[in-house]
Amino acid sequence: MFTVISRLVHYGLKDFWRHGWLSVTTVIIMTLALLVSIGLIIFNVVTKQTVASIQDKIDISVYFKNNAPEDEIFSIKKSLENLSEVKTVQYLSSDEALEIFKENHKNDPTITQALGELNENPLQASLNIKANHPEQYASIAQYLSSPNLNTFIDEVSYQENHVVIERLTAMINGLNQAGLFLTIVMALVAGLVAFNTVRLAIYSNREEIGVMRVVGASNSFVRGPFVLQGIFAGVLAAIASVLISAILIMIGFALPSLKFSLSLLGLTGTYQFFFSNIFVLFGYQMLFGTLIGGFSSFIAVRRYLKN
Amino acid sequence: MISFQNVSKVYNGNSVALEDITFEIRPGEFACIVGKSGAGKSTVIRLLIGEAKPTRGRIHFGQYEVNKLKDYDLPLFRRHIGVIFQDFRLLPNKNSYENVAFALEVAGRPQKEIEDLTPQVLDMVGLSDKTFNFPHELSGGEKQRVAIARAMVHRPEVIIADEPTGNLDPFHTWEIINLLKKIHQLGTTILLATHDKEIINAIEKRVITLDHGRLIRDEEKGKYILV
Ligand SMILES: Nc1ncnc2c1ncn2[C@@H]1O[C@H](COP(=O)(O)OP(=O)(O)O)[C@@H](O)[C@H]1O
Ligand SMILES: [Mg+2]
Repeated sequence: MFTVISRLVHYGLKDFWRHGWLSVTTVIIMTLALLVSIGLIIFNVVTKQTVASIQDKIDISVYFKNNAPEDEIFSIKKSLENLSEVKTVQYLSSDEALEIFKENHKNDPTITQALGELNENPLQASLNIKANHPEQYASIAQYLSSPNLNTFIDEVSYQENHVVIERLTAMINGLNQAGLFLTIVMALVAGLVAFNTVRLAIYSNREEIGVMRVVGASNSFVRGPFVLQGIFAGVLAAIASVLISAILIMIGFALPSLKFSLSLLGLTGTYQFFFSNIFVLFGYQMLFGTLIGGFSSFIAVRRYLKN
Repeated sequence: MISFQNVSKVYNGNSVALEDITFEIRPGEFACIVGKSGAGKSTVIRLLIGEAKPTRGRIHFGQYEVNKLKDYDLPLFRRHIGVIFQDFRLLPNKNSYENVAFALEVAGRPQKEIEDLTPQVLDMVGLSDKTFNFPHELSGGEKQRVAIARAMVHRPEVIIADEPTGNLDPFHTWEIINLLKKIHQLGTTILLATHDKEIINAIEKRVITLDHGRLIRDEEKGKYILV
């Protein structure tokens, strides 16, 4: 058994070396396929982060009439918190709102002066509501428009914002779906290209396979070195793809103009994500590479193992 | 040890290659299969090594009934045979040593044995100085001698040669034929397919003549007689 395995490994590596250009092109194509896959992983994770941070900025604010008692506001806050759609509710009293307003405009003398002349706080108490999902704001807004709440509520910001919120929601959903679709398509294409490259490499060895069979080689003896070569190509491609993406990302974030366009695309998080997860990514690439390489070889050789 | 019983072979349902062939080859024989191109010589050999299945009839090799062997059984069966072809069929990415050693490796022979036998056989075919050359660095005659070394290194009971001299000049042709005679003298059964009249007439062995897929003559110490 040991002799057989050591012979397989020995020949797998030796054949890989002797096939020369064939091995080189296989590794190159597989590297490209793996670059696509690592690119897709990064794109998906980073755009999800960006989308999440946009989602986080969407909210509804409820402004209360000045005569609304604070305990009423708290009971509304409680009832909102009990809605399944609601993630967080934040209370901002009129005093706090004024503090924030003053702080924001402390360098503007006209406003500071105008505020000083008022003897009453013009700012309203408010609740700031965040939903679990963007599409849930509509139902929250509807809840807030119920007549029994009307007595205290002056205004709900959703009415003015809801066009923007709905557009953002549609855009986010679209992005997620397009991302998923793109990922599936690209991953399939990359996988098929790699698969076919390995098959072509083996096709050019079909006569060799025939000869091995005539000399009395068993199927596994013929197949072993080819599968090993596929796996070996996968390992090399995995290493190459991670190295190349590391270099590309470093270049991308070193050049100001490129960095700017990356930030426009919402890909600012790429650098951080890539380098803090480099070993996990490498693991994935190894897995994809060896699976595609080994599996393609296994399937491709099978065709020539008849007779 | 080898027998064909009423064997017919029809390719693709219409191309008749062999019709009702019956013959037997005893252990230790040197038999030639003779016939013009297209007579069915290669088909006989392909059926014998299980590369194709007969349409009708039975083929025995030792204890094997070849026509019943499954793909799965073929490798083990083929280790009893050594085969030589007109186009050499060496593994292009292996040097002479590795090509010969391959026939032992597929049978799982121990490394020590391989290291002893391989140079011995290469020496016997006169290629000690080409041990580490690759097929593309060898002449036709040398390639065929590597192929013979590979066919005999695992001491098969039979060596089957399909027009082994078809691609060689007269000088190298005789080199190969003499090698086959030498192997025969060492006790191996030889089955040689050829359409070379001079070889047949010179070696004076058994001749089985095929014509258009039919066996038309089977003689001990035969001559090449064809219309
Ligand atoms: N794979 C095949 N498919 C169809 N016909 C074939 C095939 N191989 C051989 N033949 C036909 O069978 C006949 C015998 O061929 P073959 O055994 O190669 O003859 P030989 O080796 O004596 O030249 C020929 O007529 C040939 O055309
Ligand atoms: Mg022929």
